[in-house]
Amino acid sequence: MADVRKNPAASAISAQNLVRRFGNFTAVNDVSFRVEKGEIFGFLGPNGSGKTTVIKMLTGLLPLSGGSAFVEGLDVRTDSEAVREHIGYMSQNFSLYYDLTVAENLQFYGRIYSLEPARLKRRIDEIVQLNGLAPYLNRLAAQLSGGWKQRLALGCALLHEPTLLFLDEPTAGIDPVARRQLWDLLFELSGHGITFFVTTHYMDEAERCSHVAYIYFGKLIADGTPHSLRELPDVQPQGTLRVEITTPEVTRALRFARHLPGIRSATIFGQSIHALIEDRFNLDDLRNQLLKNGIAVTEIRPLAPSLEDVFVELTYKHQALLEAARA
Amino acid sequence: MHNIFRGFGAVFYKEALHVRRDAGTLFFSLTMPLLQMFLLGFGVDTNIRQINTVVYNADGRRESRELIDRLKNSDTFHILGYVENDHDLNDLIIAGRAHVGIKVPVDYSDRLLHNMSAQVLVLIDGSDSSVAGQAINVSTAIGLDESLRRVVQDRAEFAVEMRPKLLFNPDSRSPNFFLPGLTAIMLLNVTTFLTAFSIVREKERGTLEQLFVTPVRPFGLLLGKLLPYLGIGFFELCLILIFMRFLFRVPIHGSLLLLAILALPYLFAALSLGILISSKANSQAEAMQLAFLPILPSVFFSGYIFPRETMPALFKPISYLIPATYFINITRGIILRGAGIKHLWTDGLALFAIGTILLIIAARRFQNKVIMA
Repeated sequence: MADVRKNPAASAISAQNLVRRFGNFTAVNDVSFRVEKGEIFGFLGPNGSGKTTVIKMLTGLLPLSGGSAFVEGLDVRTDSEAVREHIGYMSQNFSLYYDLTVAENLQFYGRIYSLEPARLKRRIDEIVQLNGLAPYLNRLAAQLSGGWKQRLALGCALLHEPTLLFLDEPTAGIDPVARRQLWDLLFELSGHGITFFVTTHYMDEAERCSHVAYIYFGKLIADGTPHSLRELPDVQPQGTLRVEITTPEVTRALRFARHLPGIRSATIFGQSIHALIEDRFNLDDLRNQLLKNGIAVTEIRPLAPSLEDVFVELTYKHQALLEAARA
Repeated sequence: MHNIFRGFGAVFYKEALHVRRDAGTLFFSLTMPLLQMFLLGFGVDTNIRQINTVVYNADGRRESRELIDRLKNSDTFHILGYVENDHDLNDLIIAGRAHVGIKVPVDYSDRLLHNMSAQVLVLIDGSDSSVAGQAINVSTAIGLDESLRRVVQDRAEFAVEMRPKLLFNPDSRSPNFFLPGLTAIMLLNVTTFLTAFSIVREKERGTLEQLFVTPVRPFGLLLGKLLPYLGIGFFELCLILIFMRFLFRVPIHGSLLLLAILALPYLFAALSLGILISSKANSQAEAMQLAFLPILPSVFFSGYIFPRETMPALFKPISYLIPATYFINITRGIILRGAGIKHLWTDGLALFAIGTILLIIAARRFQNKVIMA
């Protein structure tokens, strides 16, 4: 993990030993990470693992129970007021006023940030152009489809030209086309130097991030570039190999493969099986074993772990650790 | 930067837009109180007249018929009919058709003629205490008057004569009594409900959380949300006063300006109550239930219907906690009794204190609760 003690002002976010307790429950447990300016930081983890709690702590919605956090060089514990000037926030439920029109929503959020009329008008024009909202300006927010609501919410969060944007599951419940368009937009904005803090459940979105971290039961268990995470020893233990077995009979093959000695884990991906095998295992032997049992094999080839593999492996490992600790 | 009201203008304008968009709710919340006003103003008369009465006149001679005529002319009793035995007399009362049964004994005239005391049985249904009280008072008074008439044959002057004079509401008109009090209850409804809903709606939508991430200051936010409803409450007060004065002809003896000024701390208390409710409720349905809670105590313990003097000692302190108690004293004071600031300043102060305490509790709950949600 990155050393977070060094020069917090140079980073967009610098969180050190963050703790948040609710009564006896520790929702965020000693979490440290750093997000550099201009990064698209993907913050992943199962539901209830503390993702939203971390966002709320960094945006000043929740006081910290312990640790420290600097956002754009400002201490969130003492300077949350100033932090708010620099950040934008888009929650999972697109916090829009449904009985106001698109234009009124934009105007309201602009005025909340005390933009002067001339600047507000210019910013609204820019956002409308960027997000393609022009045809909907006089439509009530309630009448927009999910994708457009999300664009409007993003627009509202961008009005005051924040340098850091928090997006809490921005693509939950959005169709794939709108999802793709949103990410195109994020890349464009990222090109202008805006830092993004994005939570998501979608692995393809995680792959698009320049920096990802994975939180599990309040503990940060992975932090790095997607590439570096794939190389983690926990994900790719010494002496193992990840392979893709393409077969027309995936379910039968899976049942069989799971009982083979030397196969550590196996799971179905469409028309193939992804398996972690011990590398003493010859790929031809594996093919022969399957064929012997009447399972047709189209292809077996080595495979780099996907981020999903990474997180599944890490989750299993930490589950085992948690259970061991409980026992 | 350090403007503690930051965001007020934006929130106020937005809130006004909400109100305008949702004209249906506004119309409904403004007209419902007026409807209640019509119902109470036209439909309720607290003066007890024409109580259904049944008579068993066992005597039937002139003296007994005169007595019954006197009861009839009192305007308190309405003779439904005559029965011929005790059983029927009882039965009509039990059935609820009559609230009073009068039995004149068979020897009534004889005993009067022989200067003996004659007894008349008056059966009164006690299930409605105010009807019963009126029946007791009027029948006793008529008996007393009848006796005096026989003793003081020449109509000489009485030794002691009580001359009651009804101040402020000489005709005992019910609207004069009910409507100033109703004003307090109706304002409470409008303002508490609307504020509670406007905040809870933002909670449900998630926009409240969004606002907390912006530089808007809590005071700017609360004030921006409250002032439009304060305006609506004030408008409602004007509507009520206009209908009260010109439709129900309740004379306004005191200063309207004073009433307007003293309405402010009351509305403030009601709005603060709305905020308190919204700090507790997480959905509009929950807010609805909570907003109904203060209504019944406000109706029953504020002196609006039942005088506070007759309240059991245990309950009396409750009445001091209810904002409506003070505002009803203010409205009746100004409208009916022509009271001035020197009579009512304590009520205004009490309302302001209640409002402040409620607002402080609400604000603290907000800091701890909303943010956690």
